[in-house]
Amino acid sequence: MRFLLYTVDGDAPSAPPSPQMMDEVGKFTEETKRSGILLATGGLAPASTRVRTSGGKVAVTDGPFTETKELTGGFALIEVKSKEEAIEWAKRFRKIVGDGESVIQEVFGG
Amino acid sequence: MLESIPVTPADPHRAIDAVWRIEAPRLIAGLTRIVRDVALAEDLAQDALVAAVEQWPESGVPDNPGAWLMATARHRAIDRVRRNQRLERKQEQLGRELELQQEMAMADLGVPTDDDVGDDLLRLMFISCHPILAPEARVALTLRLLASLTTEEIARAYLVPVATIAQRIVRAKRTLTEARVPFEVPRGPELTARLSSVLQVIYLVFNEGYAATAGDDLMRAGLCEDALRLGRILAGLAPKEPEVHGLVALMEIQASRSRARVGPSGEIVLLLDQDRGRWDSLHISRGLAALERAEKLGGALGPYALQAAIAACHARARTAVDTDWARIVALYDALAQLMPSPVVELNRAVAVGMAFGPGAGLALVDALASERSLKTYHFLPSARGDLLEKLGRTVEARAEFERAAALTQNGRERDLLLARAAACARGTS
Repeated sequence: MRFLLYTVDGDAPSAPPSPQMMDEVGKFTEETKRSGILLATGGLAPASTRVRTSGGKVAVTDGPFTETKELTGGFALIEVKSKEEAIEWAKRFRKIVGDGESVIQEVFGG
Repeated sequence: MLESIPVTPADPHRAIDAVWRIEAPRLIAGLTRIVRDVALAEDLAQDALVAAVEQWPESGVPDNPGAWLMATARHRAIDRVRRNQRLERKQEQLGRELELQQEMAMADLGVPTDDDVGDDLLRLMFISCHPILAPEARVALTLRLLASLTTEEIARAYLVPVATIAQRIVRAKRTLTEARVPFEVPRGPELTARLSSVLQVIYLVFNEGYAATAGDDLMRAGLCEDALRLGRILAGLAPKEPEVHGLVALMEIQASRSRARVGPSGEIVLLLDQDRGRWDSLHISRGLAALERAEKLGGALGPYALQAAIAACHARARTAVDTDWARIVALYDALAQLMPSPVVELNRAVAVGMAFGPGAGLALVDALASERSLKTYHFLPSARGDLLEKLGRTVEARAEFERAAALTQNGRERDLLLARAAACARGTS
């Protein structure tokens, strides 16, 4: 089973990650690779742009968007045995990065 | 510490299962280093799991579950030795306890580094795939110890009774104990042979799963993911071994086609007829990257890397017509030199037929007709039928497809072959 793990911005303005945390995150990424579950990962730029269609018209808007949570930080695509295993990996990630929120969604196809 | 909030779903046992799946291989590997016996190490790990199942639903999953399980298992190890000692105060056992305590003390000296843990895991892979064991025992033990599958899961995947697998695993562990197989990474010339046994076990698991993806049995198809995970772990542990990357590349590229090889009503779709848009591009790019790693390590490509290179020729071709058949023939030439076999020759003949015309392919296939080992191999008449059909010799082609259909064990393959035979019959009428 494949899952997409990503972080969304929290309610509090997020401080830039410390070098120590970046180091920990790097170790965690290594750990997921060694465990054979990591298929793809990447960091995400803070700025996002929306492309929206409505009534056949396309509107392009630059963020930030205050009304919804935005995907921030980074993402990981993992292949694991169960949703519980994905949750366990997400918990381990959260222990490193501190307060905030990660989202797990199963990915179909490919 | 992170609070485990009760809204987190459902069953704590499933959460424990998930932790177990992640931690068990390292735990068993670390314990085997200490007690020098896989069977005992697995028993101790199971004891720790039982303790976790008893305690974690109340206490929550500990902050570092791996360390918790290891500490618990170690305590059980000391308890067991003491209990045995009370039962029979033998000098030997006394000595063993002292030895064990020393090893524990040594093991306590420092937190094991990632390298230490990796070395232990690699040793566990070598021991699980030891040539002293029959291939099916290697497979069962590897799935159990390194992929953390339960005996029931393995039995379901291999369509055999649970008792059969349980017995296979028990016997395998006993064999390893009795033979006092050392817990080590072999060196020198032995390494090549032992590594090839590990690769073979992983590929056997993959193929079992791949054969099942044409069916609708998800548990069996899950074996492909298990094999890929094992392959990726091994690639991290033995990054300088080109054949490890070769095997990972081969599995990734084959796995990329798993959705495309089954049609809407479950029928088999042959490689050249597959909708390449349904190939999994992530698997392909991972496979090509792994193949590149194998190639960059230098030297002549080994059998897995060569097969991966052949698979890569298909993966790189935008359409079936774009396939570089001349390169595939050259790769089969190299493969045939490395591991001469009638099956490789047959595949080479098919590639020759594609590269240089069906007549050239047919001449090679006909030369294999007397091969005894291919007598019951359905792919021989089916390849021959294909070449005859292309040459317009549809009456002979039909007979070959029918012969192939009678030989195959796979119902879906039989349907496909009979359909091709019928098409030949229509062509002649």
